[in-house]
Amino acid sequence: MSGMRVALMVTCINDAIYPDTGRAVVTLLRRLGVEVDFPPAQTCCAQPMVNTGYLDEAVPVVRTFVDAFAGYDAVVTPSGSCAGSARHQHSIVARRSGDAGLVTAVSELAPRVHELSEFLVDVLGVTDVGAYYPHTVTYHPTCHSLRMLGVGDRPRQLLDHVRGLTLVELPKAEECCGFGGTFAVKNADTSIAMGTDKARHVRETGAEVVVAGDNSCLTHIGGVLSRQRAGVRTVHLAEILAATE
Amino acid sequence: MSERTTARDEILGRIRAALDGVEAGYDVPPAPRIAPLADVVAHFAERVADYRAVVERCSAADLADRVAAALPGGARVVVPPGLGVEVPGATVDDGLSAAELDGYDAVVTEARVGIAETGTIVLDHGPGQGRRAITLVPDLHVCVVRADQVVADVPDALPLLDPGRPHTWISGPSATSDIELDRVEGVHGPRTLVVLLVQ
Amino acid sequence: MSGTFVGMPKFPVAARAALGDAQLRHNLAHATATIRAKRQRLVDEVNANCDWEALRLAGAGVKESALRSLDEHLVRLEETLTANGATVHWARDAAEANAIVATVARRHGVDEVVKVKSMVTQEIGLNEALAAEGIAAWETDLAELIVQLGDDLPSHILVPAIHRNRAEIREIFLAEMGRAGRPAPAGLTDEPRVLAAAARAHLREKFLRAKVAVSGANFAVAETGTLVVVESEGNGRMCLTLPEVLVSVVGIEKVVSTWDQLDPMLRLLPRSSTGERMNPYTSTWSGVTPGDGPQEVHVVLLDNGRTNALADEVGRQALRCIRCSACLNVCPVYERVGGHAYGSVYPGPIGAILNPLLKGVGQDKQTDSLPYASSLCGACFEVCPVRIDIPSVLVDLRAQVVDAHRGGVPSAEALAFKGAAVALSDARKLGLGERLAGPGLRLARRAGVIPGLSRWASARDLPPGPRESFRAWWKRTDGGRDE
Ligand code: SF4
Repeated sequence: MSGMRVALMVTCINDAIYPDTGRAVVTLLRRLGVEVDFPPAQTCCAQPMVNTGYLDEAVPVVRTFVDAFAGYDAVVTPSGSCAGSARHQHSIVARRSGDAGLVTAVSELAPRVHELSEFLVDVLGVTDVGAYYPHTVTYHPTCHSLRMLGVGDRPRQLLDHVRGLTLVELPKAEECCGFGGTFAVKNADTSIAMGTDKARHVRETGAEVVVAGDNSCLTHIGGVLSRQRAGVRTVHLAEILAATE
Repeated sequence: MSERTTARDEILGRIRAALDGVEAGYDVPPAPRIAPLADVVAHFAERVADYRAVVERCSAADLADRVAAALPGGARVVVPPGLGVEVPGATVDDGLSAAELDGYDAVVTEARVGIAETGTIVLDHGPGQGRRAITLVPDLHVCVVRADQVVADVPDALPLLDPGRPHTWISGPSATSDIELDRVEGVHGPRTLVVLLVQ
Repeated sequence: MSGTFVGMPKFPVAARAALGDAQLRHNLAHATATIRAKRQRLVDEVNANCDWEALRLAGAGVKESALRSLDEHLVRLEETLTANGATVHWARDAAEANAIVATVARRHGVDEVVKVKSMVTQEIGLNEALAAEGIAAWETDLAELIVQLGDDLPSHILVPAIHRNRAEIREIFLAEMGRAGRPAPAGLTDEPRVLAAAARAHLREKFLRAKVAVSGANFAVAETGTLVVVESEGNGRMCLTLPEVLVSVVGIEKVVSTWDQLDPMLRLLPRSSTGERMNPYTSTWSGVTPGDGPQEVHVVLLDNGRTNALADEVGRQALRCIRCSACLNVCPVYERVGGHAYGSVYPGPIGAILNPLLKGVGQDKQTDSLPYASSLCGACFEVCPVRIDIPSVLVDLRAQVVDAHRGGVPSAEALAFKGAAVALSDARKLGLGERLAGPGLRLARRAGVIPGLSRWASARDLPPGPRESFRAWWKRTDGGRDE
């Protein structure tokens, strides 16, 4: 990937709460020979605003996003949800702003934003990233990765090549965990009911670890599991892929 | 009539306002066809039977006997005026009332089209099929379908039908899944459907 | 008569009550799992010898093209229906439609009508309106009968009594059938077959004596003046065939252009809806057929908010809906809270967009809460046979709800998002905030509940806060190079 300028979009939640996930992406990509930049002007993808209906408020955030990542050939993010936001929602916000320059900038940047597993499999063309993770793991495909981005089985391909890892099927894997951004608090009871069912399915697998490509969903699932003293850890896909012997 | 005109004009006006600036022309993508069936008639028989209808294949020469055999002894039978097969003892419908029809146990009719992929029989209520009510009120429907009437799928059937006529598409006996989504055959329409497929 | 949805609480409140009903959740989980599996088997079957996605694209196209020149299609439909001997009426709203039906019934001097299950007549509250005129409207679909006899509300588009199990249905039949006509037989068990037979016997006398029937329509073909009703039980055929007079209330979005366009619709609908290759009965009729069926045929073309939806650039696609209910059956929110929480005859994902589109946002809190009744998981869009992008419409409607409330006193939420917009537009301000995030989370975890987080923390622990943000780590270690 010589000459390709790659930026890490760490996402606001990883920046503030899960820095280990961001560090794992840096470690992993460096191991694969990709030097990533962290443009310090980045903040958030604006999805919390867009999905709650605050489009005007999202405009300056999208502008910040576009400015921060302009000039990069690829933007990698350890979040299906944030990648989906950049690819599918920024255009809505840009149109709302009435700023033709922003519309153009968004349409140019959007296709260059990749979720981590997409970047590894499609752009770098690797499925064996040389990882070692001696644990029993179950995989939750998050909704935005699955249905908004269509990452398909890319995360599975990557996990299949991790040495020492035993992957067990999650029952009803494709059902939403109930996080849903502000849904988790606006409709807390329903969100918790969904999360409780997801946690039950995770426990049924007997896995030590539940892995996903989105820390927001894992915060929710992990929050329920922790409250239940289930003893199952939540780990981001990037951290498993970065782990070595 | 003026109120109607007002409502009509207002609704059409709202629609035109709503569609202001929307491009009218829209190319409808063609609906895909199923891959050719190896044996359309056998497929039809299989799919009809899937609905728990009784399907029997017979020759034209055997038809009258097979019709008679499908009717329970002593059954009161109604037939349309143009039925092409003899049903001894049957009443020919001449505009029986719903209450009168309720006194019949069975009806024998022909069909217009059979659809293999969905296991559907289409009636257009022509002379061999009769008014819609006669195939509805009696509890047993014996339907004669000729093999050459069977087409592969829904898009093959529609162009054969005359939209000006009423149609009844029948896929198995009457059924409901309203109780815990458990399928139960037989609610208001005929509880038993016998299809005689004539070669 | 059935109850009414008027005065329903906001979705989260209604959902909380529903979530507490263990029987309801059990009934729903069982029913939706069953129907999801049936649908999926058939989609797989189609993909074995055809292409489900291409079929969906064709289905969406048929409806979309009809909507884009809806005025022309309706004018054409009126012409063809009239030429076929039907009388066409136009109704701007529920009251006008109800009045038209009542007038027809009164003209024939009847005190009862039989009804085919129809979403639109529920939407306009026809039964209640007729009752006010002294006319009983008998529901003849089994599930509708269960709802009507139980003085209940529908909770699903296709199976309105999905929230009831067999034991509850038996109780309702035993207690109520006698009051509405022929009583349930003494030895009634809770076997579905036996319950269905009781409904058959109860309704047959009503079918045989009814002079006037009321229906909706699944499709209205402009080119030929044909209405189509798709059903299972035969109650539809009874209503469409035996009475002398038939009144069909048809939403203006039901129109398709040509007869041949009933394909792909008739391939998509039953597979998506009941999970069958074809539903047991589909009836088509073009006005009056001399000597066969009703000799007086009325068609009421209803707006009731549909033109509002049509004017909504993003939401317009909701008018493609063919009411198959596949989106309800896959929705994880619907599966847990059921249909009543949506406060409308249109529940589930489609209800969450259709109700605000028909009624408009910014007027009542219940309607405004519906676009938020979704985790935006996208399962609805994936199954919708006419490819309605429900998540995108939900997000757009959320923006409309927020916009409708701009200008007044801002809510705590609005202030929070305004604050966030400022912080997230400038990485330096964000970095400052983040330095507080770690200690804040650690404090929150130790202190238990802190204000604003209580709804999160009622059943979910907070994650441990990191000592250092990613941004700070990157800066301190030069992206890990100095570690
Ligand atoms: S929105 Fe789509 S899936 Fe839902 S009921 Fe309508 S047609 Fe069916």
